Amino acid sequence: MMQFVADGIVSAALIALGAIGISMTYNILRFANFAQGEILTVGAYFALLLVGIMGAGIGAMGPIAFGWPLLLSIVFAMAATSIVVLIVDWLLFRQLRNRNAARITLIMAAFGVSLMGRNIVTLVAGGEPQYYAFFIPKAFEILPGVKLIPDDLAIIAISVIAFAALFTFMTRTSMGRQMRAVAENPTLARVNGIDVRAVIRWTWIIGASLATIAGVLLAHNTQLRPEMGFDMLLPMFAALILGGASNLYGTILGALVIGLTEALAVSFGLAGYRAAITFMVMLAVLLFRPQGLLGEKE
Amino acid sequence: MESYFSVLVFFLISASFFSLTTLGLNLQWGFTGLFNVGIVGFYAIGAYTSAILTGPPYPDTLIGGLGLWFPIGFIGAMVTSGLAALIVGFVTLRLREDFLAISTFGIAMSIQLVTLNFESLTRGPNGMYSLPRPLSGLSDSNLVDNILYLILCLAIIGAVYWAFERMVRSPWGRVLRAIREDETAAAALGKNVFAIRLQSFVVGSAVMGLAGAMQANFIGFVSPQDFLPIFTFQVFVMLIVGGSGNNMGALLGGLVVWGLWSFSEQVIGAILPATFNTEAGAVRIVLIGLILALALLYRPEGILREKRIVSREARLS
Amino acid sequence: MAEPMLAVRDVEAGYNPSLPILHGISLEVFEGEIVTVLGPNGAGKSTLIKAIAGLLSVSRGSVKIAGRDITGLETHQLIRERVAYVPQTENVFARLSVEENLALGALHNPDQFTAQRRRVLDLFPDLERLGHLAAGKLSGGQRQMVAVGRALMADPILLMLDEPSAGLSPKLAQVVFSQLIRVKEVGVTILMVEQNARAALKISDRGYVLAEGQEKVHGDAQSLLDNPEVGELYLGAKSRLVRS
Repeated sequence: MMQFVADGIVSAALIALGAIGISMTYNILRFANFAQGEILTVGAYFALLLVGIMGAGIGAMGPIAFGWPLLLSIVFAMAATSIVVLIVDWLLFRQLRNRNAARITLIMAAFGVSLMGRNIVTLVAGGEPQYYAFFIPKAFEILPGVKLIPDDLAIIAISVIAFAALFTFMTRTSMGRQMRAVAENPTLARVNGIDVRAVIRWTWIIGASLATIAGVLLAHNTQLRPEMGFDMLLPMFAALILGGASNLYGTILGALVIGLTEALAVSFGLAGYRAAITFMVMLAVLLFRPQGLLGEKE
Repeated sequence: MESYFSVLVFFLISASFFSLTTLGLNLQWGFTGLFNVGIVGFYAIGAYTSAILTGPPYPDTLIGGLGLWFPIGFIGAMVTSGLAALIVGFVTLRLREDFLAISTFGIAMSIQLVTLNFESLTRGPNGMYSLPRPLSGLSDSNLVDNILYLILCLAIIGAVYWAFERMVRSPWGRVLRAIREDETAAAALGKNVFAIRLQSFVVGSAVMGLAGAMQANFIGFVSPQDFLPIFTFQVFVMLIVGGSGNNMGALLGGLVVWGLWSFSEQVIGAILPATFNTEAGAVRIVLIGLILALALLYRPEGILREKRIVSREARLS
Repeated sequence: MAEPMLAVRDVEAGYNPSLPILHGISLEVFEGEIVTVLGPNGAGKSTLIKAIAGLLSVSRGSVKIAGRDITGLETHQLIRERVAYVPQTENVFARLSVEENLALGALHNPDQFTAQRRRVLDLFPDLERLGHLAAGKLSGGQRQMVAVGRALMADPILLMLDEPSAGLSPKLAQVVFSQLIRVKEVGVTILMVEQNARAALKISDRGYVLAEGQEKVHGDAQSLLDNPEVGELYLGAKSRLVRS
């Protein structure tokens, strides 16, 4: 029975890594990025590219079925994905922002980018499922009745490290403070000498980098498909909204709730419906607490 | 010559499903400002309702196979879509517009999952087949059948268009636009903002369900693969290109964008060899995405601008 | 006379380029002065200061700081010119702590952070014990201190304030004004916009009176207080803003 908790936490880690990018774009750029799923997908595929180029497989670290080659690919993919994201922002979203486009227009544009992104990936990399490497995961029992594969633990560890790094960045560095300032009051931020355009760039880079990590780990855990990120869009948004859109801690908490709910649904044999179930959970929370679990009332 | 004509008729029939859906979206978004990203969900509900009501009995479903006359299927579609919209709207319409977008999107995904998994109702991925096509027994020629169906579609569109035009010129329509422009002011005037938005949402969704039913019975087959998010996206492109807030613009947008979509299919099909089927589909989607991006950047108001509607009562005699 | 610290010449500006609110305003602030801009509501006082701060576009005229032309600079570039601006409302980052607000103030002069922080805390000793509280949880008067403190962290040569006493009780307003005198004493030139004409003129060297987007009267503070025209602009009758 407790298996679902372990599976849920692994799920939650990936959802949270992806959802944080949405949270940052939402709070700093003030728009709901419907294309976040594709950032995960693109990140995963860039890593595939490097793995293929290096030709050394993905390595291994003890019982964990990946090693330095994959980690190196992640770093490369983070850079490449960030560049792509910055270009798309520059070509499209920035133009719309400069024209004072409505929030809805930005969401529509993101929806379009999302659709195009999936299809460009299909065109470039092909639509069939692909894998970084083939490995046979060996599960071991960490608690009675709870099995995990070593890679799951690695995923959780990497996520925790990423979150810790992010929080240190946001609270201890100048750019982190600037980002929080812009999220709260962009005009006052400019008055204070903050270059909002630079902050926006960093927002995209950090969000895209975390999403890339999520994408690669997700692809390693399951498989690479052009739809892989899009399938995460609803859980990521559900995590964001349920946790309280204005709060990064809320996003992580929301991801935990969503991850556990999904895993619970699967354990009851409702795997096909799990996206719908997590969505209903989000709606239920919204009905009773519209600002989310950790959000502030408007 | 006849084959070109029959292609044209087929094209117009398909376009009419889209145009009708776009009309529904225009009411929800163009006039009321509701960002419904779950269009395909309501379309699917209508399609499946009609399939259940008018379709033949299948060995593996529990309900359905009633084989009723098609108007019952169409009306049933409107009822179920409207009802679904009532429930969904009740829960989500109080949310901010970006949350409304995600919620309606999630609803549509959930509906798609239900069509895929709830096999005792929908036959899952196998779909429901042999749905009766209205007016199909009346002549021997397929072409004449299609022309008759086209006339039926145009008649339905005409009726809905007429009804919508009257609605937006009525006092109700005035309040609708007031809510869209300044919700707080409208509420201060004592208007029940929530109820009116809900009404608009329900009526718009019912029309979308009707369009879905019309497609289901024309094609004769429904399956979960027919109801993907790209449909929602296509309808939005149609409304934006045609002109949000303008009913004729909605119809025009449906026609124009469907034309571009179909035309691009022909062109790309001629250029790429048949083995590149998936790739061809992907290229078309990228193209339509570009059209949307260009429209948003350079002509966000669409082909036909929103008319400044002066209500009947307000006009000086 | 030396080059003014701030020289505004014939400025025309507004929220909408086709609808200017300011019709050719000129004013000067010399080093070490406190200058107040007064006027009834809608006169364009706030618009003037926002235009100098780059938040509105200036369609005509020029703004110079110590001889350097800053017309048309973007808002975030002003701090580098050592011009600090304290808006009337929403002038602190409510979700950040007091210390973080101050740290942001020294964004472009981080090497001076310790020295400037000391200077600000000397001026506003209360801020030290409030350091870790979120700025939004403070009272109006305390928030005003944080707002001004944040602006001072940048070691500005010119400090601009939009109605610093707005929303404060007369006693607290007095506290704010006496703090501004101390800010002047450490060598910062001050330009402020104020509704509270008497109290502001009491601590100012000179003043300008705006009405309907134009400058009507200017002069040294005492003469404005004695001037019946100024009284008329405010009170609608010929009377004097008697210095109490």
